[in-house]
Amino acid sequence: MEGWDPSTKSALTQIPLLSTRAGPRDGAAWTQRLKEEYRALIAYTTMNKSHDNDWFRISAANPEGTRWSGTCWYVHNLRRYEFALQFDIPVTYPATAPEIELPQLDGKTHKMYRGGKICLTVHFKPLWAKNCPRFGIAHALCLGLAPWLAAEVPILVDSGVLKHKDDESTSAES
Amino acid sequence: MDNHLFSVGMTKTDAAVQTLSDINPDVVLESYSLNITTVKGFEVFMESLKRRFSQKSGQKSGVDLVLSCVDNYEARMVVNQACNELGQTWMESGVSEDAVSGHIQLLVPGETACFACAPPLVVASGVDERTLKREGVCAASLPTTMGVVAGLLVQNALKYLLKFGYVSPYLGYNSLKDFFPTMEMRPNPQCSNNACIERQKEYLQTKPARDAAAKAKLEAESSKTEGPLHMDNEWNISVVDDSEMDTLNSCGVSGALPEGLIHELPTAEKYHESLVTEEAKTVEDDLEELQRQLDALNAS
Repeated sequence: MEGWDPSTKSALTQIPLLSTRAGPRDGAAWTQRLKEEYRALIAYTTMNKSHDNDWFRISAANPEGTRWSGTCWYVHNLRRYEFALQFDIPVTYPATAPEIELPQLDGKTHKMYRGGKICLTVHFKPLWAKNCPRFGIAHALCLGLAPWLAAEVPILVDSGVLKHKDDESTSAES
Repeated sequence: MDNHLFSVGMTKTDAAVQTLSDINPDVVLESYSLNITTVKGFEVFMESLKRRFSQKSGQKSGVDLVLSCVDNYEARMVVNQACNELGQTWMESGVSEDAVSGHIQLLVPGETACFACAPPLVVASGVDERTLKREGVCAASLPTTMGVVAGLLVQNALKYLLKFGYVSPYLGYNSLKDFFPTMEMRPNPQCSNNACIERQKEYLQTKPARDAAAKAKLEAESSKTEGPLHMDNEWNISVVDDSEMDTLNSCGVSGALPEGLIHELPTAEKYHESLVTEEAKTVEDDLEELQRQLDALNAS
């Protein structure tokens, strides 16, 4: 965990750890894991709100809890940039982490795989592997997506690749 | 599969089928274009492996060999999962993120290490990644490295299917130094993949039969040259079977340690996750209640 900023570290320590090693094909054990996922997400969202650092919305997109969708946003130069967020729980979960997708940014940055999957290889995957099965969706957002947004959004905005939606509506119609 | 040779405007699987049928129209080809890491995609993938083309009786899988040519860790783990569950022999191939080295690996569930037995390490190359990255993808790409690795994979597959030469259990390719390391990897008795552990147990159970077959073969060969090799054995030298060596060694290791020393790692073959008991067992809440709580937070 060297090299991580203190606020991320302190947030991380307050997200409840998970314990059930179960994936979507594991029946009742998956339901148990899903409960732990919810508990961690509730704790993390509550904490973000209380620290005035609310930055995402996420909920299960199907009853099995294998597909999730929502939004996330990042504030740069006092303007809010919001993106749709989605991912599937892989069959080999939790051995492999969810591949978080921001479809609107597909093709706009090389820190991304095809289909809008953000690149997590270096900063996040080793952490996930070391902490399996204790890390869940909340940890993936905190340690995977949040640092990615913090690194990429300012570059995309400053280089003109990403436009704020207020500016875009005027230029797109011209 | 990643290929830039095929035409634009169609899936690369369909393009591959088209190209391959032009080369050999007698081969029956099926193409699937799907994400095998999702629950639904995995089911389709498993069904495609189980369909019995060659009518191999008594086996869960209907194919002779699976070649994995995917470009990410998640998909490899899924191929590994499917092949472990089906007891399907497969070959894994890959090129490193810096595009200058690669490997091929033979995986026989239960007999050799599975892909989850030895997790890959992130190795720093000391080269700035940005100098290697290609536009649009989160990794470097060098077609020559891919070509070499693909050639090695197909050669190994031919040797395996047509039963000639030596089928490499692992062959690495370091293009910067033209170094080709080989090695064999035994399965990890603490592997986190349950299907791998089951295949390992089955493999151990069939060991006596395999040993007997090997012994019979050896005897049949040595019966031509009957009689002791040396008339006297002054130093009591004897040939010991590998498995006997293992039991001899473990006897020596498991003995009491000198005073003041303790084993740092658990000695049990199976690692028990002690964390389970501590906190999360208290999660007795109803799933719907938890969903409501998160929805309420999302709405506010």
